[in-house]
Amino acid sequence: MLIKIARPSDCKASEITPEGIYLSRRTMLGASLAGAAVAALPGVALGAEPSRYADVEPGAAPGWFKDKLGATRWGAVTVENEAITPFKDATHYNNYYEFGTDKGDPAANAGSLKTEPWSLVVDGEVAKPGRYALEDFVKPYQLEERIYRLRCVEAWSMVIPWLGFSLAQVLKQVEPTSKARYLRFETLQDPKVMPGQRSSFALIDWPYVEGLRLDEAMNPLAILAVGMYGRELPNQNGAPLRLIVPWKYGFKSIKSIVRISLVAEQPQTTWERLAPTEYGFYANVNPTVDHPRWTQARERRLPSGLFSPNVRDTLMFNGYGDEVASLYSDLDLRKNY
Amino acid sequence: MRYPWLRLGIFVLGCLFPSWWLYEAATNQLGPDLGKIIMDRLGLGALIFLLITLSMTPLQRLTGWSGWIVIRRQLGLWSFAYIVLHMITYMVFILGLDWGQFGVELRKRPYIIVGALAFLGLLALALTSNRYSQRRLGARWKKLHKLVYVILGLGLLHFLWIVRSDLKEWAIYASIGALLLLLRVPLVARRVPRLIGRRGRAV
Repeated sequence: MLIKIARPSDCKASEITPEGIYLSRRTMLGASLAGAAVAALPGVALGAEPSRYADVEPGAAPGWFKDKLGATRWGAVTVENEAITPFKDATHYNNYYEFGTDKGDPAANAGSLKTEPWSLVVDGEVAKPGRYALEDFVKPYQLEERIYRLRCVEAWSMVIPWLGFSLAQVLKQVEPTSKARYLRFETLQDPKVMPGQRSSFALIDWPYVEGLRLDEAMNPLAILAVGMYGRELPNQNGAPLRLIVPWKYGFKSIKSIVRISLVAEQPQTTWERLAPTEYGFYANVNPTVDHPRWTQARERRLPSGLFSPNVRDTLMFNGYGDEVASLYSDLDLRKNY
Repeated sequence: MRYPWLRLGIFVLGCLFPSWWLYEAATNQLGPDLGKIIMDRLGLGALIFLLITLSMTPLQRLTGWSGWIVIRRQLGLWSFAYIVLHMITYMVFILGLDWGQFGVELRKRPYIIVGALAFLGLLALALTSNRYSQRRLGARWKKLHKLVYVILGLGLLHFLWIVRSDLKEWAIYASIGALLLLLRVPLVARRVPRLIGRRGRAV
């Protein structure tokens, strides 16, 4: 279960990220524009802190997030030979059915979600159950930047720089009892701000529920994320706290978590309940096991252009086999899809 | 040729949507997965054209205006044209022109099979939509073109099997389709009153 965690000193993020390009682009922009024109536009982002990534919309980060950001280990986990998905695409092409089923719905509708204050319940088979204010819950952990591939079960994929902390650390903190074998996660249920939860045609039984086996959750790749692209999570990406398990299809990485329960029995997850033949509990990225309705052998790496369709082969465990394959050595992945 | 401007209007309308989508794609307004979006829009566009086509006869009966029937063929051909484009975008953007994979999909996926059958049906109707075929086929032509009802059913089934979690949109189109089919049940059709216009023979 080796995981390549680079030291902060040999951070490779800039090799992949267009930060340098971004900064020089800005310089070029400044040089090419007449000074008077710039002066006439006081709103031009010159005053804002330069982002590590291009074209990142600045958010309104809560105080606790700003406090933590300074000590972030940038590029703690990176990907090789992969271009990071543009911020605009990662924030305007989302599946978050609570806010609507179209890919643009979450960006359009999630603004109404109030993420501060936010409280989180940890309960079940733990020595230290409790209800936490989010800022207290995240206090013990240093933020790490993890650049991961994200593979959706719908056969599209992205590469996203998350900010978060390992789930294993959290588990150590709350001390699972000997009976704990699974984790059950729950998303906020609030039909007043979530139009998808008001639809009478929705087949989903709210709230959204996801789960992991305890040893999966302990894997160093599994994180709880609070930010992306060097800023806090936009609402449509699951603010203020979400799970990231990069070797599984995207729907496992549950958003806007309000409850984490340690349980003895395998929890029934939302998609599993809706269509058990299509979505299993494990949902590991696996090019050899098709979704009954479409192939999983290939994926569209976004952005995929009109004249440059970007279709590529899907990798077993989304390319994280070295880190996670051992979790499933005694499992038939055709049956346990 | 009767109603030339109406015909031209429909023609422009049919060209307009795909051109608009291309423009949107070229100016980065469709987001990162534009091939999929254009494919979905073409599929939905074909269904909408099919539903409009099927509402021409009831509208003619309701209003007595013969213009509805004049544009019916062109509307049906637009449905076919959108489906052709829908399949091309599927091949290019979803399968990356992997014909082997297309063979696999054609054998394994019910929604692809149903969609392909609907396409073959539309193809048969499009090929026999000209006057020459009408004359050649005579009474059989009408029978053949009743196939459109089956095609509508297949299209809706294809659409239903793509739905992942929310049936609302599908339910809207399916109920319109059901209504249009219901209006063709002889018992119902006879009771549909003529709203405007003089009495005359229904076409």
